[in-house]
Amino acid sequence: MNTPIQQTDAQGRLRHFLSIEGFRREQLEQILDAAESFAMLPGRQVKKVPLLRGKIITNLFFENSTRTRTTFELAAKLLSADVINFNVNVSATAKGETLLDTLRNIEAMHSDMFVVRHQASGAAHFIARHAAPGVSVINAGDGRHAHPTQAMLDMFTIRRHKGDFTPLRVAIVGDIQHSRVARSQIMALNTLGVSEVRVIAPRTLLPAEARSLGVHVYHDLAQGLEDVDVIIMLRLQKERMEHALLPSEHEYFQLYGLTQARLKKAKPDAIVMHPGPINRGVEIASEVADGPQSVILQQVSYGIAVRMAVMSMALGGTAGETQS
Amino acid sequence: MSKRIFMQQEAILDIIQGMARLTRKHLQERKIPDPAMIGIHTGGVWIAQRLHQLLDIEPPLGQLDISFYRDDFTRIGMNPQVKPSQIPFDVEDRHIILVDDVIQSGRTIRAAMNEIFDFGRPASITLVSLIERSGRELPIQPDIMGLEPPLADNEHIRLQGPDPLVLEISGHPGNREAS
Repeated sequence: MNTPIQQTDAQGRLRHFLSIEGFRREQLEQILDAAESFAMLPGRQVKKVPLLRGKIITNLFFENSTRTRTTFELAAKLLSADVINFNVNVSATAKGETLLDTLRNIEAMHSDMFVVRHQASGAAHFIARHAAPGVSVINAGDGRHAHPTQAMLDMFTIRRHKGDFTPLRVAIVGDIQHSRVARSQIMALNTLGVSEVRVIAPRTLLPAEARSLGVHVYHDLAQGLEDVDVIIMLRLQKERMEHALLPSEHEYFQLYGLTQARLKKAKPDAIVMHPGPINRGVEIASEVADGPQSVILQQVSYGIAVRMAVMSMALGGTAGETQS
Repeated sequence: MSKRIFMQQEAILDIIQGMARLTRKHLQERKIPDPAMIGIHTGGVWIAQRLHQLLDIEPPLGQLDISFYRDDFTRIGMNPQVKPSQIPFDVEDRHIILVDDVIQSGRTIRAAMNEIFDFGRPASITLVSLIERSGRELPIQPDIMGLEPPLADNEHIRLQGPDPLVLEISGHPGNREAS
């Protein structure tokens, strides 16, 4: 049951994109290179390419996310694929249909790819394991486990601004414990060979195994930001407060909010990133979010190019080998 | 597979000189005063760079990577060396000179024309190629051609470069056809 899903085929071509785990540096760089070409498209009269003409892509979202779903949808459309949006709120799962039933039904509509977001860790893997041969699955966030396309768009943003990964010192700040984004980012940064990954968080928001992820742990924000090239702020989820992991938003901001003064600890040309949506005055001050070092809105644009790269690579080269 | 050098840089540059002459004549006949040039990645760009200089064309040279327009994408997948296409001028109503190194099936040119139209509607496209060889699968012919070497079906000709430019032939000349 728990045999790992192969994310690439025998020729090393991408088939599923479920987790950064298992990919080599060259493979991640190939995704970034392809994204580089897709990022040029908005400058043209026709912003789309015919790569996935005739393919059907299904966005299977069991958890709300307007931004992620929209960028996946736009990415699919710019590749000339047809898109079905299947949201849990309006779907049959609310009527008791199982995940597998849902999958079979949509497969009967001849979908070539599922883009899956689910609150349960491992949901995308489950679907990849049970999907028909030749059908690709992209993980758009599963529980606390992984959000690999978000991590790749973050890597793309970093590469665009910093060029080479090797000399970089990157700090990830906030709720590491509950963040699938952080997990995927740490894996991607280490695979791409940055010199240091730091996580900065209160003890209650840090997983016990944090150090085994290959990071340096800090509990003091100013100390952790010293001389970093890239700062990645994580969104603080309000429900954490209800579970008494944190005293209050105000106090969190006092200790872990990124302010202009704290930003000065980092290198002068450091960039500030955030997967969005941001909580102004909770994890980040408005003056920083809207300031010259912020690349938060560029991340959104790059997200489209990176998702186009992943989708087209997963669906390219598949004709005639759906059974093998 | 056997590989042999078919032609060295000096001879290739001579041919490009000739192509430049023919292109200039072609432009005069068609009364095209202000063309723009686009090279197809990779070999076509090398030739286009030289032609661009020889013809003294004003707009910067465009570069096209047709990976996103290939008709065999679903069979072969993404080209791992894909490069961004860059056309740093307005294609709309512009006379375009499209340059490639080898024309065989014609599929690359079809893909390139499709991509050019996504940048805008050109006034015309003139096709220039260093090598024209047998094996056409689409009704596409170059307007200006440098060389038509006799090659067997299983022989492949490749331009290596950019410095020096060398034409290489691989495969066996077993059943070379008369051309």
